[in-house]
Amino acid sequence: MGKVVIVRYGEISLKGLNRRFFEDKLLKHVRIAVSDLGKPRVYKEHSRIYVEAQNGNEVEIVERIRKIFGIVSISIANRFEVNMDTIKEYVKNEIEVAIEKRNTKTFKIETKRADKNFPMDSLEINRELGAYILDEFEDIQVDVHNPDILVTVEIRNSAFVYSEKIYGFGGLPLGTNGKAMLLLSGGIDSPVAGWLVGKRGVQIEAIHFHSYPFTSDRAKEKVVELAKILSRYFGKFRLHSINLLPIQKEINEKCPEEEMTILARRFMMKIAERVAINRGCEALVTGENIGQVASQTIQSLNVTNSAVQIPVFRPLITMDKMEIVDLAKKLDTYETSILPFEDCCTVFLPKRPVTKPRLDKILASEQLLDEERLINEAMDNIVVEDIYLDEI
Amino acid sequence: MEVYLDNAATTRPKDEVIEAISWALKNLYANPSSLHRKGLEVEKEIKECRKVVARALGCSDKEVVFTSGGTESNSLAINGLIMANRRSGNHIITTKTEHKSVLNTFEHLSSNGFEVTYLDVDREGFISLERLKESMRPDTLLVSIMHANNETGTIQPIMEIGEIIKKINRNTLFHVDGIQGFGKIKFNVKQANVDTYALSGHKIHGPKGIGALYIKSGVKIQPNLLGGSQENNLRAGTENVPGIVGLAKAASLISEENIEYMRGLKAYLVKSLHECIDDIHFNNGINDNFTPHIINVSFKGIRSEIMLHSLEQDGVYVSSGSACTSRKKDFSHVLKAMGLKEDIIDSAIRISISYTNTREEIDYAVDKINKHLNDLRKIIKR
Repeated sequence: MGKVVIVRYGEISLKGLNRRFFEDKLLKHVRIAVSDLGKPRVYKEHSRIYVEAQNGNEVEIVERIRKIFGIVSISIANRFEVNMDTIKEYVKNEIEVAIEKRNTKTFKIETKRADKNFPMDSLEINRELGAYILDEFEDIQVDVHNPDILVTVEIRNSAFVYSEKIYGFGGLPLGTNGKAMLLLSGGIDSPVAGWLVGKRGVQIEAIHFHSYPFTSDRAKEKVVELAKILSRYFGKFRLHSINLLPIQKEINEKCPEEEMTILARRFMMKIAERVAINRGCEALVTGENIGQVASQTIQSLNVTNSAVQIPVFRPLITMDKMEIVDLAKKLDTYETSILPFEDCCTVFLPKRPVTKPRLDKILASEQLLDEERLINEAMDNIVVEDIYLDEI
Repeated sequence: MEVYLDNAATTRPKDEVIEAISWALKNLYANPSSLHRKGLEVEKEIKECRKVVARALGCSDKEVVFTSGGTESNSLAINGLIMANRRSGNHIITTKTEHKSVLNTFEHLSSNGFEVTYLDVDREGFISLERLKESMRPDTLLVSIMHANNETGTIQPIMEIGEIIKKINRNTLFHVDGIQGFGKIKFNVKQANVDTYALSGHKIHGPKGIGALYIKSGVKIQPNLLGGSQENNLRAGTENVPGIVGLAKAASLISEENIEYMRGLKAYLVKSLHECIDDIHFNNGINDNFTPHIINVSFKGIRSEIMLHSLEQDGVYVSSGSACTSRKKDFSHVLKAMGLKEDIIDSAIRISISYTNTREEIDYAVDKINKHLNDLRKIIKR
């Protein structure tokens, strides 16, 4: 019956009454991801999703679905009618390939017998297959603890044989936990923050603040590039770009220099909140982290936080820089993030920024600004782009 | 209005050049190495082009090798001369303000055991001839000095330098990176003691990806690229025929008249800037010791990139430092070598004109510079 891709999802199966909803979402995402590969059959069976490969495109299918949130692991299996001789043949084949390609010396066979009508039990099947393999190959031994290759045999309404398990990212299917607005800068942190929230099933849109002409078009291009990488995980999503410079200019003119950064950040949060609400997002996501820079002390985070009503998710809050970098490398945003274009405007960087701002003082400074007008003008000039997955 | 003032980075190809290239693409498609008539036709055309470029350099057509551009010309000259004349010594000399294509080649040679002297420059970017004399040794194999600097337009006295070198050690070879000088300075390679001279197509309204190297007849040089016997065995690879045709067309448009026009326009630009802008700092001069197409100016307190992006909004295109390095965050090595202060380097803008620019364009650009400078200085007042 050919090659079939087995997709396993862990956490979803704990969802009790809502399980159907989660499974259907995941099924939908898998279907979309492989839809242009000749529309292979995708279906749900015994708490797993199966994708039937066509003409040897199973590796391509795995590559497509590997990044889908909610998937725990994937295997490429041979599926065929239950028959002990055929099982032997496929098991032998798996081991033969492993010996040739990876110089495999030890093996283990693991049988899962779901069809209890099958005359032998799992242990008997293991024993018979093991004996057969030892007969067939000279330089190979059984190792039940740490084998070079583990061949799994499943006996259900049909038989499955496979030996590899490719791990996914786990989490929950996108769209099962609403939508949030990610504040996406050009740095290392924010794409990672967005990804981590996405992993919990939250779809995102992104908002980017720039200070053109104090920052360049190339810096903006870099953010679009990051958004494209994120779209490998999120599919199509919307990127909103806003020029913060007019606001920064006014802050610079009217407020104490050392409060520049914190005031600008509060404006970003307020604008992001408005755009979020307009777009049906129920939370903001930032790449903030305790103590990474002056604007990320507990006091500063408090002052920034109180600018908005909706919840602000900060998935990186306790992470070390190296942990964030490792994640950025894993999801492939790192190389783009470290390109040397300025993101937020360093011209206005205060010489000695306040690190322990007091909310009452900040609010007093904001009184010096025509906040409503500034925010409205910024909102009027939003540039919207839909980010597509234009590469795999 | 669009005012393109980044001509030291690249010039816009002239219409005549584009027509010539498109004619070549359409008609000269055969391989010049092919034995048939169609190949011969192309070979003949290349020969004509070589004559045109030779005329612009003031040499014989046998002394011109076509390359893929300035970087390759510099590389072929420096590496080729050194490899073919290894026995003349182990010491090589260059300046601190060379283009990266020369500096990085020298750094590579230095890490391969060659002894390198990097000549300092003064406040205006000139090397000291005395210092050059002192640096010359019996084992000096090669001296490489650029004709005109790409960031400041500083013209080194190549005639005198050539004389000094050959007088002290007639075995020492002399390479000149003429990429910014060619077409901007009246110069004849034959009259100077120059062994090799590099030039590039896209700096003179020709196409990118084509350049040439003058190699004095009798000078021994080793090819960089091995392969076929094209370009007199010095540069293997099927000739870039449309490029060569475009380069020749562009070279034929070089004229003293155009050079004089640029000189006048530059003087006008400098005067206009002086008249309307306070606290302006010229990093190069306007006399004949500088090319007629580059001015390098600092508007103190305004980082050059901000000025650059402000001007682009009005269609005025300039450069910060040199185009090749402006994307890196590090400072211009040229301005640094000239001993300029950090805030001057940080705010340096290179405005480079061409004979295709007009006074109206200059007026527009100066007006915009003035406008943005006033705005920006208001913002960054503290």
